[in-house]
Amino acid sequence: MAMTMPRLHRIDRLGALVSAVGAAAVVFLPFVVLKSNRIVPGDPRGLLEVLPMWAALACHATLILVAIVALGVSNARGRLAAALLGVVVVALAVAAAGNALTPAGNKVVRVAPGAGFWVLLVALGLMATDAITRLRPGPGMRVLLLVLFVAVAGLALAHGTFDNLSVMREYAVNAGRFAREARQHVLLALGSLAAAVIVALPLGILCHRVPRLRAGILGTLNLIQTIPAIALFGILMAPLGALAAAVPLAAKLGIRGIGAAPAVLALFLYSLLPVVANTVAGLKRVSPAAVEAARGMGMTARQILTGVELVLALPVILTGIRIVLVQNIGLVTIAALIGGGGLGVFVFQGIGQTAIDLVLLGAIPTVALAFSAAVLLDALVEIMDRTRQ
Amino acid sequence: MITVENLSKQYGATTVVDGVCMVIERNSITVIVGTSGSGKSTLLRMINRLVEPTGGRVLIDGNDTASEPAYLLRRRIGYAIQGHGLFPHRTVAENIATVPGLLGWDEARIRARVDQLLEVFQLDPGEFAEKFPHQLSGGQQQRVGVARALAAEPAVLLMDEPFGALDPIIRTKAQDDLLDIQRRFGTTIVLVTHDMDEAFRLGDHVAVMSQGRVLQYDRPAVLLTRPADPFVSRMTGSADRALRLLSLTTAGEAALPGASDGPAVAASASLRDVLSDLVWQGAESAAVVDADGTARGSLTIAAILAHGRPT
Amino acid sequence: MPSAAALLRFAALGLLAAFLLTPQSFAPLFAPLTQYGSPPIYDQGNLLMLALAQLGTVCCAAAASTIVAVGLGILVTRANGVEFLPLSRTLVNIGQTFPPVAVLAVAVPLVGFGQKPTLIALFAYGLLPIFENTISGLRGCPPAVLGAASGMGMSARQRLLSVELPLAMPLILEGIRLSLVINVGTATIGSTVGAKGLGEVIIAGLLSNNVAFILQGGLVTGLMAILLYDAMAAVERRICVAAHIE
Repeated sequence: MAMTMPRLHRIDRLGALVSAVGAAAVVFLPFVVLKSNRIVPGDPRGLLEVLPMWAALACHATLILVAIVALGVSNARGRLAAALLGVVVVALAVAAAGNALTPAGNKVVRVAPGAGFWVLLVALGLMATDAITRLRPGPGMRVLLLVLFVAVAGLALAHGTFDNLSVMREYAVNAGRFAREARQHVLLALGSLAAAVIVALPLGILCHRVPRLRAGILGTLNLIQTIPAIALFGILMAPLGALAAAVPLAAKLGIRGIGAAPAVLALFLYSLLPVVANTVAGLKRVSPAAVEAARGMGMTARQILTGVELVLALPVILTGIRIVLVQNIGLVTIAALIGGGGLGVFVFQGIGQTAIDLVLLGAIPTVALAFSAAVLLDALVEIMDRTRQ
Repeated sequence: MITVENLSKQYGATTVVDGVCMVIERNSITVIVGTSGSGKSTLLRMINRLVEPTGGRVLIDGNDTASEPAYLLRRRIGYAIQGHGLFPHRTVAENIATVPGLLGWDEARIRARVDQLLEVFQLDPGEFAEKFPHQLSGGQQQRVGVARALAAEPAVLLMDEPFGALDPIIRTKAQDDLLDIQRRFGTTIVLVTHDMDEAFRLGDHVAVMSQGRVLQYDRPAVLLTRPADPFVSRMTGSADRALRLLSLTTAGEAALPGASDGPAVAASASLRDVLSDLVWQGAESAAVVDADGTARGSLTIAAILAHGRPT
Repeated sequence: MPSAAALLRFAALGLLAAFLLTPQSFAPLFAPLTQYGSPPIYDQGNLLMLALAQLGTVCCAAAASTIVAVGLGILVTRANGVEFLPLSRTLVNIGQTFPPVAVLAVAVPLVGFGQKPTLIALFAYGLLPIFENTISGLRGCPPAVLGAASGMGMSARQRLLSVELPLAMPLILEGIRLSLVINVGTATIGSTVGAKGLGEVIIAGLLSNNVAFILQGGLVTGLMAILLYDAMAAVERRICVAAHIE
């Protein structure tokens, strides 16, 4: 991979920003935080203090190299490679710091990534994101990058590289629960989405066919969208609780005032608007000449709907579904407050216990899930769009 | 073959089509011409029941079109519209195969028909069958639209301003192609347009519509020489009606026996074109020659001019 | 004669005001929902104060987000900031996959509990819709209009202030409205980290299994959010009409 010679007369401004921020992080902010147990705030430690001299110097040297590339190299592939190298080095460094600072066999001491680590990660991430944006990868390439990243991270985690970091320590304690809540999280998000699509698609088609209904339905759904999630969860708890009390069958099915039921119902309601609105918008975009020709050719109304209209509206409808999926993954986090389970359990427990690492144990996978869903669905939309238009 | 009996369409208090009666002959091109708002498109679309009549009926080969479900009727009638309405998500071949697919033809028959139609419309099947509509030029899209309408071998083809979106040079070629196709397949074509020139070029019979009524329905020459209504004569134009009349006869039809030492003209050329040629070249007469070179006779300017007057 | 929508609006506002000012008068309504003699109306704090505190937090954060987001949006659409545009688009996309709760939860270790992390989370999360809409609005200016403005001899600053920003105003206001509504929701959750707001009522209800509290907190928050959304829409319309835009 050829790298262009650094052009000294034109310094990349984003590179300058990233380098300045990164340098400040390395110099002024702690790389890790050493805590004697999971609750106390802990003492800051710099990179030089924690790793053997050769390792720390190698780390710094790599970061300086990355900074030089950021400042001077304009080739996007080169920048991406450098940024990814920086991320790998920083990740390995924090893992090594965890190993170095934890006495063997000690399960109480916690080594948490410090502000310096996070800022460095964000700066390097910015540089990588910028490089990827410049390369303008197609949908297949984007999915491939995601899969590669997940594979590498997954391998590192499974191998135990990060096991001495505070977040992984929390995971070790909560491993069984984590799997359960993660599964619950995905089920809740996908389940409410599926139910919403089944209802919203016909509703959207209805709104498209009968313009008079459009304003009323969309207005009502908009209103629902405005209600804050936890408020809606709360409002739904009362009637669901009453229902469970009055109808024993409902209680047997698992519908209760607290738990997943109000959350799923609320998520279902929240999912309606984007899908209905996007179905209407997608159907509007279908060429009227194509529909007229289809009618004139003798297609039945159902054949026109399934064979022409829905097919052509699909990219826009899928975009609505993507919006809903990302939204739902985030909202399920709040369901933990009303006993619905999901990764939010760790977030709120962590807040309650002032154990930041527990919060991260819930927050990081949630963000990763939402991001992956967005990338995958965006790629799907783009692929469908290409073959149609 | 198509009998329109007292057909009317009313939207509320507005009458868009008012008691139209027409008989359309088999194996001919009938053009319905009129200004916008005259009801011509509505009339056309009542034939394949895209618009349901509020009064009267349409008989095709003696059968009332209302006697079967509309979508079954439409699978037997070809329909080509101005925006061509090709399905953007299907290839050219898939577009053309739509109605045969709806009718349940087997694959081999469909493929053969698609290839045949593409060749008739001068689109090389190897090159065009797998292309998508957005990869074609406007003229090619229009041709595919008509091919699609003819795919299931309908006896009747309805066309609503099919050449409206084409630029003038392509339009003339498209009109010539339509004449060829009608001759080849023997389809009964009903075509709607606002362009009088097009009506005269294409129509065996022309119906002039205004405000929902058919003012006159006859051969083009009769419209010129014996207009039934001032509106009809306004539409056909009074300034160049003589030249219009000349354009309706070919040199071959008008040729008189005898030779001429003037320039040679094709037997298929219209008298208007021959006159224009003679004037340009300053000649007094022309020799009429067939496509294969055999002499058909001759025409003098005086003889041509005689055809430009109502008899 | 006011329309049905306006009537509903006033009714909702009236109901909300009545409840916040004299909550105890609604006690009989909520009494059937309580068990074991729990208080029907939230009594661990003044409902009106809580509502106003939440509103205050939301508006403060919104003001800060607007200034920063619009500023960044302008920067990124200028000629010498254009190289940051694709990156900012990607960042907005990525940022929108972060659940607001996660942003809140991550702010706590940085600044502790209380009002501050909520403000930070609201500020950060509220940036996105406004930023995105500012960019769309500014880039959506018809090039013909910009060309005419330059041709008339307007400086870049005058063009920005008298042409581009006013034309982008409807979209920017829409972004602010969206940001406000999302923020009301996030601020409600802020109560879990100690911010003063109506989330307290809901959480108190959850903890003591008091359905009446949960409903009160939920309904008041919901009503507040809807009325705020509606009020912003009216403000948008007023501004656009007054400036003859759209």
